[in-house]
Amino acid sequence: MSTTIGISSAIRTKLLWAGVISLGTGALGVVALSRGESINAAWLVIAAVCIYCVAYRFYGLYIVRKVLRVDPTRQTPAYRHNDGLDYVPTNRYVLFGHHFAAIAGAGPLVGPVLAAQMGYLPGTLWILVGVVFAGAVQDLTVLFLSTRRDGKTLGEMVRSEMGPVAGGVALIGVMLIMIILLAVLALVVVKALVASPWGTFTVFCTIPIALLMGVYSRFIRPARIAEMSLIGFVLLLAALFYGRTVSESPALAAFFNFRGETLALMIISYGFCASVLPVWLLLAPRDYLSTFLKIGTIVLLAISIVLVRPDLKMPALTRFVDGTGPVFSGALFPFLFITIACGAVSGFHSLISSGTTPKMLENENQVRFIGYGAMLMESFVAIMAMIGACVMEPGVYFAMNSPAALIGTNVTQAAQVISGWGTTITPDQISQIARDVGESTVLSRTGGAPTLAVGMATILSNLLGGRALMGIWYHFAILFEALFILTTVDAGTRVLRFMIQDLIGSVIPAFKATKSWTNNLIGSALAVVAWGYFLYQGVIDPLGGINTLWPLFGISNQMLAGIALTLCTVVLFKMKRQYHAWVTILPAIWLLVCTLTAGLQKVFSIDPAIGFVSHAGKFGDALSGGKILAPAKTIAEMQRIIFNDYVDATMSILFVAVVVAVVIYGLIGIRKALSNPNATAVEFGAAAVAAGGGHV
Amino acid sequence: MSDIRSILDFVVQTARLMVGVPDYQTYVEHRRMHHPEEPVMTYEAFFRERQNARYAVDKGRFRGCC
Repeated sequence: MSTTIGISSAIRTKLLWAGVISLGTGALGVVALSRGESINAAWLVIAAVCIYCVAYRFYGLYIVRKVLRVDPTRQTPAYRHNDGLDYVPTNRYVLFGHHFAAIAGAGPLVGPVLAAQMGYLPGTLWILVGVVFAGAVQDLTVLFLSTRRDGKTLGEMVRSEMGPVAGGVALIGVMLIMIILLAVLALVVVKALVASPWGTFTVFCTIPIALLMGVYSRFIRPARIAEMSLIGFVLLLAALFYGRTVSESPALAAFFNFRGETLALMIISYGFCASVLPVWLLLAPRDYLSTFLKIGTIVLLAISIVLVRPDLKMPALTRFVDGTGPVFSGALFPFLFITIACGAVSGFHSLISSGTTPKMLENENQVRFIGYGAMLMESFVAIMAMIGACVMEPGVYFAMNSPAALIGTNVTQAAQVISGWGTTITPDQISQIARDVGESTVLSRTGGAPTLAVGMATILSNLLGGRALMGIWYHFAILFEALFILTTVDAGTRVLRFMIQDLIGSVIPAFKATKSWTNNLIGSALAVVAWGYFLYQGVIDPLGGINTLWPLFGISNQMLAGIALTLCTVVLFKMKRQYHAWVTILPAIWLLVCTLTAGLQKVFSIDPAIGFVSHAGKFGDALSGGKILAPAKTIAEMQRIIFNDYVDATMSILFVAVVVAVVIYGLIGIRKALSNPNATAVEFGAAAVAAGGGHV
Repeated sequence: MSDIRSILDFVVQTARLMVGVPDYQTYVEHRRMHHPEEPVMTYEAFFRERQNARYAVDKGRFRGCC
């Protein structure tokens, strides 16, 4: 009797998976093959969810069972070093929430929006394929390796498994990526707030609100997280609603109407203050508010996409797959794979997966749920961002994301240029969107955040409030993005400061003391100057900055993923699992090919729109001929553009050099591992006493 | 009723850990069990310690992501 039940339930499971696979294939077919007519976002959601389920059930399981061979009987660091603080065995659902909140950020929201210029299909396919075979594999494997090494960080693991030089190179790589990351994220905020009194007012209000929360939780009602977050949230909503009044009153609006340059300087000085002030006063309360708002909004967006099921107006493919698009320059390969970093694969996650999470893992057999699973969820956020960018009229999308240098600064001209690209749009449609969301203009609001905000407002207002509430939803979305981006900027500046102190400290030992106020001030100043330089350069860039900086960010982030996957590969060889090492070799090779091609093209491409050197050459030629090219107005500005081009080119070269160095050390490590008959991976903690282990 | 209670506890625990504050009760039990002779931090002190640890630069932690 029991065998019959066993068999029938096994058949039922098989049927269920067959159903999921065919549903996913069907939905993917609709997504990939429909041409001409618009498709419903539901197809994208169904295809994505089915692919995630199948990948998690089959590929994820294959990796943990066959490749990593996780051992459920092996004690995790959470038990070995249990201190009730850093190392605590934690329920897996609770830990999943922690890990997801730590990896989710602005990346998966911005990248897909930019990639939508090629249509929804290329970006969607890369998000899905990338996460299954690269992103989730990286997060899972790094989490596993770190768990077996007492929760060591990526840098420490590279040092101990691949040698001190490789470790040093990786650390420099991480520092470079930090600088570019902070600059590009701050640029997204600046671009969203330029000439937007409503948005600027609400985002400014987050500072006094955070200070108030900080004081409340320190002195009035100590350590009451829920209370202070609730107070903060209510005040935030009040600021959001009052922002409309501010924007409608010319006298008040004038106080919050800034140019990009001013906003950039404000964010730079804010970053400095936040890095110097005690954490409980500003950074921590903002972090609480932004974390809860981020998770809440992601859930809200997911629910509303399922309930509203909007149509995608963007075609599957646009003519810009050839690389002539206005949003970012460069052809589909390699630049699509650089533009969508987070959401498909994000090197940054390797730092999180080797941070706090491995110290709280209850059992090794949960690495799939937390490492692979949370990354699939992050990928779903990217799919939602793609949907958000594609629900608006494609003409509006291009009006918002093309630099003023291409489409001009008035709606008539913009509509004319964009219609010339084959995407019909009227001036009235563009100004109507601006009126709906309560902005003076939506032209050239590059950076992804405003576009996503329009998309979110379109979807959410369909669910609640209609057109009347669109302005509120739009600014809510801007606030949500700006809030957690600025939190990253605060926290990132602190991390960068530490790295700079560590680096300089190896030459001048006195500089290493992180408690010293002088060191603190100098370190913070150096940190904000480093990213502030790129931010400011992006703000004054005629192509809107994102066009230049986002590829650099994508390259650096994918470079880090390449480093992490190289480490994973080396360790698999050292564990004598080389026959299964293709699971990390394939994505590593793909990322190395993408970053190297993109990095070299950014330096050497003869197209001035792509290559920094040829762009500098174009301006240099004009300068020696006595001409001044727009947007420069003076000789000095021409010289500055040329200088910046060379700085960017140097940055790209550095990224390429880091990648090449780590690959060489990786190959050396693999050769050493192969020539040694024994497993040489440095793992901590006793191996399992009992063989077998049981279910994974 | 007790089900709802435990689900709520779970949500609260998750939300707290999202901002870097692990379960206080677990900490107290751990101290009592393994270090019975040593003092146990109050919830306020525990919160402060965790808050500082979350943003401690000298531990090289990465807060926030892209």
